[in-house]
Amino acid sequence: MKQMETVQVRIQVNGTMHEVAIAPNRLLADFLREDLALTGTKIGCGQGICGCCTVLVDGAPAKACLMLAAQVDGCAVRTVEDLDRNGALTPVQQAFVECGAVQCGFCIPGMIMTAEALLDENPDPSETEIREALANNICRCTGYVKIVEAVAAAAKKR
Amino acid sequence: MALPEFTYLRPGTLDEALSMAAAHSGDAKFLAGGQTLIPILSMRLARPAALIDLGRLAELEYIRIEDGELRIGALTRHRAVAENEEVRAACPLLTAAVSQIGHAHIRNRGTLGGSVAHADPSAEYPLAITVLGGRIEMASAEGRRSLPAGEFFLGPLFSALGPEELVTGVAIPLPDPRAGWSFREMVQRSGDFALVSVAVLLKLEDGLVQEVAIGVGGATSIPMRMAAAEAALVGRAPTVEVIREAAAAAAAEVDPTDDIHASAEYRRNIARVMVRDALLEAVGRVGA
Repeated sequence: MKQMETVQVRIQVNGTMHEVAIAPNRLLADFLREDLALTGTKIGCGQGICGCCTVLVDGAPAKACLMLAAQVDGCAVRTVEDLDRNGALTPVQQAFVECGAVQCGFCIPGMIMTAEALLDENPDPSETEIREALANNICRCTGYVKIVEAVAAAAKKR
Repeated sequence: MALPEFTYLRPGTLDEALSMAAAHSGDAKFLAGGQTLIPILSMRLARPAALIDLGRLAELEYIRIEDGELRIGALTRHRAVAENEEVRAACPLLTAAVSQIGHAHIRNRGTLGGSVAHADPSAEYPLAITVLGGRIEMASAEGRRSLPAGEFFLGPLFSALGPEELVTGVAIPLPDPRAGWSFREMVQRSGDFALVSVAVLLKLEDGLVQEVAIGVGGATSIPMRMAAAEAALVGRAPTVEVIREAAAAAAAEVDPTDDIHASAEYRRNIARVMVRDALLEAVGRVGA
């Protein structure tokens, strides 16, 4: 099969501008994990249902397994690695630790990105609003209780 | 899963996009939000030779109220429609419908054009547009045309859209501000595709039903108007008994199939219950 023509893109990831030629069929999730070695973003279902791949695109949470890297040409992407930039955990991250919200850890980056985006937009969410936001992300271990508590605790600290 | 290979095209204008589609003789797919198309490619349910990324076509992103119609462009994201206060004031049924599409992350990227072109009978936009009496606007290299929803949605994932044609937007006549409305979905988990969905628009005059539109999705092969149920209501007072009659008529009209999510019998019964609940809710919302 003839090689696919690459496409030139400029994508800002965690504050760094990347000007690269990529295969157009490269998923954003694969680009982040493999090309940029940012493995904090996970791939769970590959169908946009589990939310493990949640990143922020121009501030809004989106599923990286449902996007071509080419589609974020000109956009700013933030992954979980961008949160503790200065070596300090964010209030959300700290709350997840303190509330015992982490078991296997696989869903956690996605949960935290969703929570950060929620609190950026709605600094004082009700429990219902927290649960609705976290409906974007599946957890197979915890039963969600501690995760919801962690987000509520983080809201108070922020 | 890694996607199959394709030629990737990024037109800067609608005309460019349409020429590209024509040049590929129907073996190209349009990429808008990607929330439906990317999983389809990932699962190898489609292998188009080319993908035409519409991301630069700002001309197709609009929400306008003009000439008594609500007009929304195909590239308008669900979130933008769901959060638009003018839409909520003019057409609360549509706001309710779009707010229930998937989850927030999906709504941040998904578009009206993608939802309409995919024509899933359990999707929110097709049902809402059908009940609101909207028109779907399309374009190809050959020209433009539009169709009423009833002539656009032809079967499950099957519409009147030609292989080189692009949905450019919808035009929805503004409902009477006094009309009661309801949009309800039955899902097992938040964000699931609807097992059954119901939309109702209803006008009363002197306490009697003057006009009513009842649409059901999920239990039908297309978002379907319930003609017998509507006829059972027109000219009568919307009492609980009359509403029950209409709901029973709707249950007879739907054409559900058995699948892994629910049996046909279950969907038929849920349709009856939901049509009843939606009618009661719509009556409660009728304005002075």
